[in-house]
Amino acid sequence: MITAGIDVGSISTKVVLLQEDEIYSLVRPTGWSPKEAGLNTYQELLQQTGISESEVAYKVGTGYGRISLGFIDKAVTEIHCHARGANYLVRGGGLVIDIGGQDSKAILMNDHGKVLDFAMNDKCAAGTGRFLQVMAAALGVDVSQLAELAKDRQPLEINSMCTVFAESEVISLLAKGADKQDIIAGIHRSVARRVWGMASRFGAAAKQILFTGGVAKNQDVRNRLAIEAGAPVIAPELGQLAGALGAALHARDVAKKDLV
Amino acid sequence: MRPQSMKIFDELRNLNVLTVQNAKQEGEKVVGCYCTYSPQEIILAAGAHPVTLCGTRQEPIAAAERDLPRNLCPLIKSSYGFAVSKKCPYFEAADVLVAETTCDGKKKMYELMSKIKPMHVMNLPQNQNGEQTLAAWTKEMEIFKDWLAEKFAVEISEEDLRKAIKLMNREREAMRRLHATTKVKPSPVTGVDLLVSVWTKGFNINKEDGIKLVEDLTAEIEELTAQGSSPFTAETPRILLTGCPVGFGSEKVVRLLEESGASVVAFENCSGYKALDRLVDEDPTKDVMVALAEKYLSIPCSCMSPNEGRLELIHKMAQEYQVDAVVDLTWQACHTYNVEAFVIRDYVQNKLNLPYMHLETDYSESDVEQLRVRVQAFLELVQGE
Repeated sequence: MITAGIDVGSISTKVVLLQEDEIYSLVRPTGWSPKEAGLNTYQELLQQTGISESEVAYKVGTGYGRISLGFIDKAVTEIHCHARGANYLVRGGGLVIDIGGQDSKAILMNDHGKVLDFAMNDKCAAGTGRFLQVMAAALGVDVSQLAELAKDRQPLEINSMCTVFAESEVISLLAKGADKQDIIAGIHRSVARRVWGMASRFGAAAKQILFTGGVAKNQDVRNRLAIEAGAPVIAPELGQLAGALGAALHARDVAKKDLV
Repeated sequence: MRPQSMKIFDELRNLNVLTVQNAKQEGEKVVGCYCTYSPQEIILAAGAHPVTLCGTRQEPIAAAERDLPRNLCPLIKSSYGFAVSKKCPYFEAADVLVAETTCDGKKKMYELMSKIKPMHVMNLPQNQNGEQTLAAWTKEMEIFKDWLAEKFAVEISEEDLRKAIKLMNREREAMRRLHATTKVKPSPVTGVDLLVSVWTKGFNINKEDGIKLVEDLTAEIEELTAQGSSPFTAETPRILLTGCPVGFGSEKVVRLLEESGASVVAFENCSGYKALDRLVDEDPTKDVMVALAEKYLSIPCSCMSPNEGRLELIHKMAQEYQVDAVVDLTWQACHTYNVEAFVIRDYVQNKLNLPYMHLETDYSESDVEQLRVRVQAFLELVQGE
């Protein structure tokens, strides 16, 4: 059986086609139209894999764009899909910290990946992927370079939680002649502190901490999050796909139920 | 099916304005109130009409922010904004206002508001313990009674007070029966309809008419229950809402919950059931002012420290209304409810063993989609998906 998970995030759209334990995936920028990004990315992946639409038994959409997707069978929140996907990548439940493009979330699961409780950031973009994008732009570097630049650096104090104020703070630091790489380390530490502030409530109950979402690809944020948590942080290789994978897994459950 | 009587409540919104304006033309006195701590019995005994004032809509907030800080709770800003922009017909009709020292934001705002209209602020104790606290609050009742008697040049007799207590208790009992209609599974009415009817009732100055309307609506809902009519199913998750007050214009969380497939059956907050749980003691041998003071002091608002009564009320209502989960709503910058959320979370999750979600938001629509994700994820959790 083949099922699909379509995770339309604020920055990127992730699609997973799941056939038994085989994961086919594609990531594309969401751009201005979540509806088209979802459909186009899905069709592109079908084309790449040579799987035909009629072979897909069930499609679940998630992410902030889930509501605008007309072609899916069901929409499920990213909270559940991320937990489900993360628990598939690393078994045993625990705490999932997901930092995406415009939100961050902490999800506490039981040993089987069932959601017990969760927290999400407020409507502002502090401590999210967008925050890192804005900071990278202010520093004239690409987001993909941030981790390497901040490696083993002494983090400078970034006090502002607000993206706009933090940007001014970074510009002031640059004007004072502060080292760019130390500033980046400081930015990473502020992201880690912010997200751990939200997640720490669940920390004691969790036997392991998983880190997913686009920002989890940043090794330096990962390290600094582990320092804040005082515990190892596992970032599964396919962490960015956790939401789409969870959606595809959910789709498989529904499709199997329908067969019975 | 939506109860037919809800249409009467929809129309009552316009009618309420006419009623209060007519009363004014007849030379009757109107006293504006913001809070459930305001002793309506004293107002009634003075021959005046107590009326709730506007404070649940987003529109006047911009006007309020000319004088007040932005980082203040939307209820305080909305109340003040309505007052300064003259957009609340009940505020306009009020001869005087009565308010209480509940939270810091409100009492400081009242200082500004008292420049617009004569206002009496009752000094509400910050806890409910001991005889001296009750004595102080009883004294505040006396001071308010004397202030009102002087303002309106009337005598407020014990007999009038006892009559007013009976009337208000009848109103409370009618409201309690209305709230109790949602105890059945599935609830025969939506939480939004229940909220709108209760909220609209607050602006109706004709107490007898109001009681009749509430009784008629209750009877119709009970009839719907008997027919097995409900907008929900037996599987619909039943929610208890606690926290800050909600009214028409600030009902977005209730609406989101019901749009996402839940049924809000219990309103523990002060715009709902909180102040109805206890009646005023009608014992004729009891001092009438002490009887009033006891009732009002017992209201379990987060401005009380500590506020154990809220936990007891949540416990009781969670059982009576057979709820599946508790949602705690805090208006942004409402420190007392925000801090208390920690206690409520622990109590609900660990003592009642129910799922709990705390939401912090304001009256605006700007975060509706973010809230929707939380609400939907919470309901997925409640339903065990």
